[in-house]
Amino acid sequence: MTTNSLTTSRGAGRAGDKVFSGATLAAGCLILAVLFGVALFLVIQAIPALVAPSADIQGGHGFFAYIAPIVVGTLIAAVIALVIAAPIAVGVALFISHYAPRRLASGLGYVVDLLAAIPSVVYGAWGAAFLAPQISPAYGWLASNMGWLPIFQGPASATGKTILTAGIVLSVMVLPIITSLSREIFLQTPKLHEEAALALGATRWEMIKMAVLPFGRPGIVSAIMLGLGRALGETMAVALVLSSGVLTASLIQTGNQTIAAEIALNFPEASGLKVSTLIAAGLVLFIITLAVNMIARWIISRHKEFSGAN
Amino acid sequence: MTVTAPVARKRSALTKGQLPAFAPYVVLAVALVLGAAILALIGFNAFGWGLVSAILFAIGLVGWSALVEGGRKASDKLATCLVVGSFLVALLPLISVIWTVLVNGIPGLVTPGFLTTSMNGVTGSLDNKSVDEGTKVLGGIYHALLGTVQITLLATVISVPVGLLTAIYLVEYGNDRALARAITFFVDVMTGIPSIVAGLFAAAFFFALVGPGTKTGAVAAVALSVLMIPVVVRSSEEMLKIVPNELREAAYALGVRKWRTIIKVVIPTAISGIASGVTLAIARVIGETAPILVTAGFATTINNNVFGGWMASLPTFIYTQILNPTSPSNPDPSSQRAWGAALVLIILVMLLNLVARLVARLFAPKAGR
Repeated sequence: MTTNSLTTSRGAGRAGDKVFSGATLAAGCLILAVLFGVALFLVIQAIPALVAPSADIQGGHGFFAYIAPIVVGTLIAAVIALVIAAPIAVGVALFISHYAPRRLASGLGYVVDLLAAIPSVVYGAWGAAFLAPQISPAYGWLASNMGWLPIFQGPASATGKTILTAGIVLSVMVLPIITSLSREIFLQTPKLHEEAALALGATRWEMIKMAVLPFGRPGIVSAIMLGLGRALGETMAVALVLSSGVLTASLIQTGNQTIAAEIALNFPEASGLKVSTLIAAGLVLFIITLAVNMIARWIISRHKEFSGAN
Repeated sequence: MTVTAPVARKRSALTKGQLPAFAPYVVLAVALVLGAAILALIGFNAFGWGLVSAILFAIGLVGWSALVEGGRKASDKLATCLVVGSFLVALLPLISVIWTVLVNGIPGLVTPGFLTTSMNGVTGSLDNKSVDEGTKVLGGIYHALLGTVQITLLATVISVPVGLLTAIYLVEYGNDRALARAITFFVDVMTGIPSIVAGLFAAAFFFALVGPGTKTGAVAAVALSVLMIPVVVRSSEEMLKIVPNELREAAYALGVRKWRTIIKVVIPTAISGIASGVTLAIARVIGETAPILVTAGFATTINNNVFGGWMASLPTFIYTQILNPTSPSNPDPSSQRAWGAALVLIILVMLLNLVARLVARLFAPKAGR
């Protein structure tokens, strides 16, 4: 009696198909579960802080009085970072995509990517040990010459460990993100648009203004949003660079604090209600960055031509 | 007989109204000299010289161009100056960071025993003694190195199967269904989770599951996995997508099952890209500080058990040595150790990046014949 090898092996193969596709599906669902788990567990652990009597929370005025100044501090640091990084990043992206010689371009892109590879704690150490002392004379100058502006009000910090320094370090860290995304988008500008502009006698800058920037605008916006998400959540640069304190308008005095740094500085020694308070702060940060990232991704997904950009 | 008038030497009409080709070099030379002169008046430093010269160069070139060539060409030159300038500005921090780490880190790294001893028993008084007597700084990063390797390995073991299977689902089974689109969207969103929130999640998860205050290497590995999985998914997905459909169809035509096709044909074709993506993901999480800080605590001793006890890692070692020096009155030995550890960490990350590029190049499928 002969058995047909085709019929005998069929059952095993079908089971293999089922198991394998099931495993891939399970992995995909696990990721969704993890994301919802992040939200769920943060909420569960944060509830004690939200319902506790306000006198028990650090500061003694309830959770919202505790979180409001550091939310504002987080936003200040992130805005400083973006104001510095966004124009430079778009410039660097333009340089790599439209100005640098073709053969150098990919190498230069790799150099900028190196900035992203350096660990954040090293940036923090660099900011605290090198940048802050170097930059503090400039703060003294700003305080004496532009002190009439509330953001440059003196007396300037002698150590240079201010929110402005932290913002500058953050800007270095978000620069490669904005650059690499913008570069991808600039490279996708339709060649015909560029050549049409040049053929009409436009200079290179006019070509960029007419063809490249309008095409890439949604991409630049979403790249900046993603950079904002990174700047909001970055911990080490702020924890090491900023000597924190109460919320102040002046950027060159010690003071201010961000959510991420507040958690990093206090969580290791925290216990009881303090842990809940910090986890609740983390939840707030999570919601803010989630909203920023979802808006950015939504802008990208609305423009299908950018699908290769992320 | 006609006499031809001698032709006056003049520039061609095509090149009239343009700056000569040497104009940028002349302006650069003038700007450098002027910059040096101005800086000499207010106190010379290299950074200020570069800055002042760059501004003078831009003003000079754009102004000259505006006089000779008109506004359009001048604004083009201004844009070029700004674009090139922004690139140079972006290079400054990179050079400065690497220089700072090298200068401060090498003394720590070359101290004998730095890589092979832990901080067990190294106290503030020992640090004070080494400063007073000028002896070598005791203590090293062996425990932190060991912790980093263990935590990162465990995170990789968790992330790679989950990330790779998800990528396979998205490319091979997803068919652009609602679930696949949801996974793609949320994986993108997950790449933006702040690292400290990932750490808090892992901490909150284990606090609820095991008990409050649970801090071990495994918790840190879970936190790192949350950061690593989306990176693995994205890079593997890109790599699986570029596997030519003809290969799959050829396998199906031979009667091979879909799962065997994926394992025997699709993945081997894309393996170089996947391996390089995984290496880059490791490079990304190996330097993460905040999630380890809130999940694994600090330790000064060697801990070989990922599932029990606090564990040190390189990034948290750097952080604690800078923020809380072993000897508060003499922070120098601590800062030397911290910079040495930072140098080791940067070398590790750069090596991983290099390995990723080499893997992608060496094991790439042969294109064409």
